[in-house]
Amino acid sequence: MLISDSSLLKSHRFTLPSAWLCALFAFVLLTCGSTTPAQENPYIVAYDHNLEEPGSLEVEYFSTFGTQRGGPNFHAFWGEFEYGATAWWTTEVYLDGQTTYGDSTLFTGYRWENRIRPLKNEHFINPVLYVEYENINGADKILKEVEGHDVESDYAEPNSVLRKETVRELELKLILSSNYKGWNFTENTIATKNLSNQPWEFGYAMAASRPLALKGATHKCTVCAQRFVAGVEMYGGLGDRYSFGLHNTSQYLAPEVAWNLPSGWTLRLAPSFGLNGNSHQLLLRWGVSYEVSGFGRMVASLFQGHP
Amino acid sequence: MKVQRFALASMLVCFLATVAASQQKSVASKNSNGNYDYTELSKAPNKFLSKPNPMATDPQAATAGKVLFEEHCGECHGDDALGTKRAPSLRAPEVQDASPGAIYWILSNGIVRKRMPVWSKLPEPQRWQLVSFIKSLGTEQGGVPAPAHQNN
Repeated sequence: MLISDSSLLKSHRFTLPSAWLCALFAFVLLTCGSTTPAQENPYIVAYDHNLEEPGSLEVEYFSTFGTQRGGPNFHAFWGEFEYGATAWWTTEVYLDGQTTYGDSTLFTGYRWENRIRPLKNEHFINPVLYVEYENINGADKILKEVEGHDVESDYAEPNSVLRKETVRELELKLILSSNYKGWNFTENTIATKNLSNQPWEFGYAMAASRPLALKGATHKCTVCAQRFVAGVEMYGGLGDRYSFGLHNTSQYLAPEVAWNLPSGWTLRLAPSFGLNGNSHQLLLRWGVSYEVSGFGRMVASLFQGHP
Repeated sequence: MKVQRFALASMLVCFLATVAASQQKSVASKNSNGNYDYTELSKAPNKFLSKPNPMATDPQAATAGKVLFEEHCGECHGDDALGTKRAPSLRAPEVQDASPGAIYWILSNGIVRKRMPVWSKLPEPQRWQLVSFIKSLGTEQGGVPAPAHQNN
């Protein structure tokens, strides 16, 4: 693919947001004191009913390397700042970006999501309501969820074309999740409305996971079975209001593993494999997250003058 | 582009304001006298109250529970479990006299309206190990924790 001088300039200019993202990451990690070891599931697309602990901030960075037929491969990345506002409400900000090889690197937008547990107690099936506002452009390739008739060929255009499309969406999810004998099972139903008079689009994600050991060790350990959680998730589109179903949709299956370190870090690895001809053949995802407890107290002391 | 930046900045300000506002109710689990409220323990359903600790005969359960406690609970309850400004003492008689099943029920369900997180993401055996450790602590007056396997 030929690259014009102007696109090269754009490429350098748009590395700035990713630098900001790194700086924000570093600021949060350096200024916040204590950490707590996380007990995270390995899911990257699906959500379970476990919310962030109140007052804790989870800072996360995720990467997706995607193969692309009919165009260059890409590397999409995003940062997440996930905060437990209360024990029943978690709010989260995403900043997205991507690099398309031989093309450019650009900031592709942001998202603000909220997850709310409507029921007070734990049940066999635990519902969580999810509301997200997205303000992204058409070059966003993080594929954090797949909905409607999203297919691989949508991403083959050059960034200069894709970024001209503005996408402002409201995304709703019903998360139904269960813990049973050490396993977690979750199913997410997705409904998305593009606010510019597009039809409702639908999608799904479902997943299961289990720690490799259920009992805790009698000593602090970093590499022990209880720290590893293995799982699998499947996700894809379900068409839209006028053409509901699997026709002309993309579908993925992803084995995955998470390693919860006692220092507060969690590492995740999840290669997603496309299940039909409309899907990317491979989306290799990995992520790193860090749990900071006491973030809420720190911010409150900035606003109120006392801890 | 300017609109985009303004929207992003506004969203970050909203996010920080939410963080700050959510902290104002951080001691909501205290009652009107300013003492911690332990009444949630009495709300455990009967089937949990009578549930025995399956780890009761495991001599290492409390030791493993201590490690889990320091990792997940010490931040709010204090590493010595004597409580902090954010969460009550677990050596209080209300906790030590409660049945293992009641403590397990609180761990599994949290007290979500009063900022106690739901710990159902820990596998059941780990929650029972935590119960073993909490029950081994003894009351504040007692001071020295009892041997793990005697107080499960």
